[in-house]
Amino acid sequence: MIIAGILDTFGGAIEFIFQRRPSDAGTVEVGGLGEIVNLAGNHFAVSFLAIVISIAVSVPIGLWLGHLGRAELLAVGVANVGRAVPALAIIGFCVAFLGTGFRNLAFALTLLAIPPILTNTYVGMRQVDPELVDAARGQGLSGFQIVRKVEWPLALPTIFGGIRISVVTVLATAIIAPAAGLDSLGTPIFSEEIYGDEGVLGAAIVVALLTLVTDAGFAFVQRLVTPKGLKVVAREKRRPRLMPTSIRRVQHP
Amino acid sequence: MSLIAQSGGFLRDRTGDSGCPSNNGICLGWMVDHLDRYWSPFLEHVVITLIPLTIGFAIALSMGLLAHRQKWLITPLTGFTSAIYTIPSISSFLLLLPITGRGNDTAIIALTAYTLVIIFRNVITGLAGVPQHAVDAARGMGLTNRQLLFRIELPLALPEIIAGLRIAAATTVGLAAFAYLAGAGGLGANIDADIDFRGNVLVCGVILTLLAAALDFIVLSIQRLLTPWRRAAA
Repeated sequence: MIIAGILDTFGGAIEFIFQRRPSDAGTVEVGGLGEIVNLAGNHFAVSFLAIVISIAVSVPIGLWLGHLGRAELLAVGVANVGRAVPALAIIGFCVAFLGTGFRNLAFALTLLAIPPILTNTYVGMRQVDPELVDAARGQGLSGFQIVRKVEWPLALPTIFGGIRISVVTVLATAIIAPAAGLDSLGTPIFSEEIYGDEGVLGAAIVVALLTLVTDAGFAFVQRLVTPKGLKVVAREKRRPRLMPTSIRRVQHP
Repeated sequence: MSLIAQSGGFLRDRTGDSGCPSNNGICLGWMVDHLDRYWSPFLEHVVITLIPLTIGFAIALSMGLLAHRQKWLITPLTGFTSAIYTIPSISSFLLLLPITGRGNDTAIIALTAYTLVIIFRNVITGLAGVPQHAVDAARGMGLTNRQLLFRIELPLALPEIIAGLRIAAATTVGLAAFAYLAGAGGLGANIDADIDFRGNVLVCGVILTLLAAALDFIVLSIQRLLTPWRRAAA
């Protein structure tokens, strides 16, 4: 009985995604693929803008600080601060102090997206084997060339990892766009009196699927940008050690 | 049935402080007068943060220990827990509603699931990072598997495990701000009730940030107590 009820609720939610229907009050038509695509378009537009800006801001700073090895406290600390301030509070600050609208929401989402990208860019740069950098310098490469030809490709998978985290965070937080006066896939969730339970659940399902698919896409790209050399190293690490441990002890009689 | 029945009686209140709130100021006087309104949501927030952290830590640690023995489990468990983590928290809260109903339970289940990937990954990294010579030495001294785990591997992996717990703590405080959508309490409801009033948003934001910082400090202190040898070395 209970299970049948639950399945019925979710069935209604999936129906909402594909079919328009009268709203709970019966005054307007809601749901259907057309509206979902429309809302998803808004959702992705504001998220995309925020991600592009945060990449444009954080990657150059991270590369520069990482190359010089300076300001570690700033580059890593920003992630700790970013984690401590809840996403809802950041949206709240922006709505209360800057106002509602597309630009203000994009700004708030940008603030959310910067810390993971900045920190990962910095850490990715610092993780590059210093011997490789020395070798490159020995071959006469300039600082800029070292960044471009050695450090950047090796740091790229880590940088992409940061971007992936930010994309997921931004897509998840854009659900509360209605609080900033903007339509997104969160609209059915926050206007339950119009969209009904089916609308709330339908939107929740669509957001979850879109986020999972986007994340999988980024995981794929992350693998593409990983230099071949790094993949070889990862594979060799996984191989079991051939040398029995007892032999190494002989070195210390 | 209504999934998101309008939130638990928390209404906007912009009275007092000689009209400052209606002009949307920062209103220190209003904050002082109304601070008691935030006390019980704050306590709820602490509860729906600490319970998931505790349960999540226990589950993730067990999963980590299991996967440390059975290495083939690492990939599927990492994939599974990070897939959960990728689902937006608001979606999880809402999708659980028809199954587990409105209330703290739903929030706690979802938030527990979110702590898993962070702690599990750090347990695995920590255990994998235990120097082989330490393990060899322990084996040479005749320690059993269990002794090896509790006397050598876990203590040496502890800083990494605790680092995971710290990240999970701060993350959970933030995610719990959405738990009001699952009918649980917490300060998220207060933010949402009057999101364009500066005084209100500021009080909530500051309390939540301080809560995250305080948890971080507590976990760090526990780590210091548990790893006295690191203090001696420093």
